[in-house]
Amino acid sequence: MSNELCFSSVTELSARLADGEVTSVEITRALIERTESVEPRVRAFTHRDAERALAQAKAADERRAAGEARGPLDGIPISVKDVLASAGEPLTCSSRMLENFVSPYDSTVIERLKRAGVVLWGRLNMDEFAMGSSTENSAFHPTANPWDLERIPGGSSGGSAAALAAGEAVATIGSDTGGSVRQPAALCGVVGLKPTYGRVSRYGLVAYASSLDQVGPLGRCVDDVAVLLGAIAGHDPRDSTSVDVAVPNFAAEAREKRGPWRLGLPKEYFGDGLDPEVRAAVEKAVDFYREQGCEICEVSLPRTEYAVATYYIVATAEASSNLARYDGVRYGHRSEKASDAIDLYFHSRAEGFGQEVKRRIILGTYVLSSGYYDAYYLRAQKVRTLIREDFNRAFEQVDALLTPTSPVPAFRRGERTNDPLAMYLADIYTISANLAGIPGVSIPCGFTASGLPIGLQVLGKPFDESGVLAIARTYEQTHDWHTRHPEL
Amino acid sequence: MPETRQIDIDYVARLARLALTDEEKALFSRQLADVLHYVEKLNEVDVDGVEPSAHAFEVVNVWQDDVPARPLPTEAALQNAPAVRDNMFVVPKVVDEA
Amino acid sequence: MVSNNISGEYEAVIGLEVHVQIRTRSKMFTRVPTGFGEPPNTLVDPVVLGLPGALPVMNKAALDAIILTGLMFECDIAPVCKWDRKNYFYPDSPKNYQISQYDMPICANGRVEIELPGPSRNVMGPHRHVRLTRIHLEEDVGKLNHFANDSLVDLNRAGTPLVEIVTEPDMHTADEVFAFLTALRQAMVAAGISDCDMEKGQMRCDANISVRPVGQQTLGTKVELKNLNSISGVRNGVDYEIRRQIAALQRGETIVQETRRFDMEALISTPMRTKEEAHDYRYFPDPDLMPVRVDQAWLDRLRARVPELAFDKQRRFFEQYKLPYTITSVLVPDRALSDWFEAAVDGHVERAQAIANWIVNDLLRELAATGQTLADCRIQPSHIAGLVEAQESGVISSKIAREVFAEMFQTGESAAEVIERKGLRQTSDTAELEKWCAEAIAGKPQSVADFKAGNEKAINAFKGPVMKASRGKANPKLVDEILRRMLAEM
Ligand SMILES: [Mg+2]
Ligand SMILES: [Zn+2]
Repeated sequence: MSNELCFSSVTELSARLADGEVTSVEITRALIERTESVEPRVRAFTHRDAERALAQAKAADERRAAGEARGPLDGIPISVKDVLASAGEPLTCSSRMLENFVSPYDSTVIERLKRAGVVLWGRLNMDEFAMGSSTENSAFHPTANPWDLERIPGGSSGGSAAALAAGEAVATIGSDTGGSVRQPAALCGVVGLKPTYGRVSRYGLVAYASSLDQVGPLGRCVDDVAVLLGAIAGHDPRDSTSVDVAVPNFAAEAREKRGPWRLGLPKEYFGDGLDPEVRAAVEKAVDFYREQGCEICEVSLPRTEYAVATYYIVATAEASSNLARYDGVRYGHRSEKASDAIDLYFHSRAEGFGQEVKRRIILGTYVLSSGYYDAYYLRAQKVRTLIREDFNRAFEQVDALLTPTSPVPAFRRGERTNDPLAMYLADIYTISANLAGIPGVSIPCGFTASGLPIGLQVLGKPFDESGVLAIARTYEQTHDWHTRHPEL
Repeated sequence: MPETRQIDIDYVARLARLALTDEEKALFSRQLADVLHYVEKLNEVDVDGVEPSAHAFEVVNVWQDDVPARPLPTEAALQNAPAVRDNMFVVPKVVDEA
Repeated sequence: MVSNNISGEYEAVIGLEVHVQIRTRSKMFTRVPTGFGEPPNTLVDPVVLGLPGALPVMNKAALDAIILTGLMFECDIAPVCKWDRKNYFYPDSPKNYQISQYDMPICANGRVEIELPGPSRNVMGPHRHVRLTRIHLEEDVGKLNHFANDSLVDLNRAGTPLVEIVTEPDMHTADEVFAFLTALRQAMVAAGISDCDMEKGQMRCDANISVRPVGQQTLGTKVELKNLNSISGVRNGVDYEIRRQIAALQRGETIVQETRRFDMEALISTPMRTKEEAHDYRYFPDPDLMPVRVDQAWLDRLRARVPELAFDKQRRFFEQYKLPYTITSVLVPDRALSDWFEAAVDGHVERAQAIANWIVNDLLRELAATGQTLADCRIQPSHIAGLVEAQESGVISSKIAREVFAEMFQTGESAAEVIERKGLRQTSDTAELEKWCAEAIAGKPQSVADFKAGNEKAINAFKGPVMKASRGKANPKLVDEILRRMLAEM
């Protein structure tokens, strides 16, 4: 019974809560128990407060009893990546630097989730400051892929994907700067959406690369992701980059839009380096769409091969500046070694940051430094323009693009830790969407022979999340990959 | 893009205020040389006349009216501070620099 | 005290960087109130503290203020400008980068008219313009309080909007620097942009100073002088630095390019420690903020708010009211005062000088004595003309007029009301005046003799007693006539 609750979708739980078949406290307790049993192996969380969650669940049940239920998410437990500020809760970004930091304020996303009545269940592990693709860069512990505990769950929102796959959460929130929601969703066999840049407020999202970061939901099915997106999306006057466009009912639109669509296959996404099993699964999904009457055509995104290089310049440059605030003065780790204020910076930052963060700060500092700005940063910004233009041209021909989410299934822990460049190339199919600002969703589309999940990515036009979700949902309706669970 | 791909690691680490060990310096120098070699790809792209993008979408004139809102209570502002005295953040002696 | 002829052989070349706090109600990039003298860390929020996840949002009023500043000083206003991050670590900087404007400042070029000292205080000095390179907007940092073993950080000031005004190397003496800052301050205060109180840090100044032999075209090695945080500090600091550099050159030394701090007590400048990478600020466009586009309608709205600048007003006052330099140089720098004057003179242009005299002499004296400002003042501008009129038409004497003024200042009544209530109207009753004159003449036989002997001034000896007897109300002109007639008849 309790495991069944843990693997239910938000949509099912919401209906059962409304019918009075189950209470929020029961759901929350089931998740707490499930987590206690599998978390020692999965290690998806950085922090859990069962009492606090149960208190919120109790309050939701009381609202419902009083006839004051707030909507489809009232009483639903949601687990959030440890990168979004939630007043009174730890905000560590899986970094020593913020190990003891407790946020005094709410991010807009958390504020909206609270308003929707959700139960906040724990804080999810991640690559430190969202820098990584494997969640091995957490300062606290790596997270395991529930489908194979020796393997990585993807990253940086590895905790968000793994907790969901392991039944420790029913839906989660992650953040996606270069694929950090979609890639772990693909590797853990769940659905993950990166909305259009500006669709969801970044206020209270700890910045990695401000012009690329976007908060995104992960769920067991497309409908769950659509409902969560509806709860967190919308213009926010506290985020200057949030865009003032209407928020449709994503879930309803995703159900109503039926196609057939014109779908593009970017040829650059099916070249060398694509794992044969991943290729086969994605091509099978493409066949499905063709059978549904969709027009499938090959398109070209000629600057794809420059995306990773562009990304690692833009993202690290922004990160080097965004992470300057962690200096041990107002909050965060403070070194005991310091003899003066300048010294304090050097040692606090050296002790507080992990290797990957230091590496990216060094790279970002270098590409902005005197004499190198034009050669690296300015050039990357120009290539970024061209990458966006590639997508604009493709979207003149097609409604959306179908691609693999990750070139490979989950790799073994430790396999790429000594080769940052190889690790960076794991994001090759997801990074361009961040550079262009467009929405993308990853859905399960099969498994490898050894039982590892494979993800299909649907990329759409700016602010066409409904279209992207509708296309994904059409596939999901006739496939059951997303209903499978790992043995733990 | 510059031909030499060797980062002056001491200079850059000083700019970034990171005290790196010798091992870290050697490791990062080597790894970042690889990354810089990789990003040299961008030299192949013809960017003549291309406008740089600082944002995914360009929106202009995003602002608020000058209407004061409530500050954060001082105790909340100081709650995460490593050291506080007289409601201020304590830092080791500041050597005045220009 | 400072002249440009410290040495005939050398001339100084000075450029300034002036930071002026904009008087907005909330901060530059968040809506926390601005303020001065509040308890530490009370004017802060996640944005000011640079907490993880906090994001900046522009303050429209600060943008209005800088464009207005640019329009006042004839700058080119950029149709599009953007925000850049200036990256450097310092404990007063919560994010360890400052949001500023680098290669696309909102205002470029422009000029500020200044007046140099004349041959004496009563004579207008020569005017010239100091060219501006640029004006941009940025956020202020917090404040450090230094102690023996540590420092304390207060972030109340952090995030206050600042305009940074950069001049061309267009000044040559401490007097010119002083004149520039004076003109700048007058304009900013007149436009309501800032109070420019240097003691409160609302206006801060750094100077780039170099010295070269007269006639040499290339500039000498420049020294950046910091901590010029009062008007006298600016004068003394610039003056000291010019002398120091000239003396060094005269000794055959070379000037080192460096940053020096001026010690306002010791009145000397000393070199500051500079880091090798100090000027590698790694500016890049702030991804958290969107660019600003300035259209014609916005410019037109602000152009309507550009105040008349002090020197323009002064020229108009010469022309329109025929006022002397000495009077205008009191009225014009203070916008409230010159507005008050213009309200007083409205419909009474022919009495402008007399009205101005009352304001500059009596009104300012009374305000100073009572510690009031013009805003507290009970006396109405329109009442001054009434006072002048009463005096000119002989209703009251100049002596009584002072008394009436003092009463008007206290009660806010018009001159006519005071004269009426206190019965101060001059006595022109001839019979009564003749009686007092006769008594005065009778009491001073020696003065009668003196007057008869041709000493004209001896007549004044009788006027005092007459005025005393009339309690000041005797019409002085009539008294003079009667006395002369009576003395002639003797
Ligand atoms: Mg400056
Ligand atoms: Zn400045």
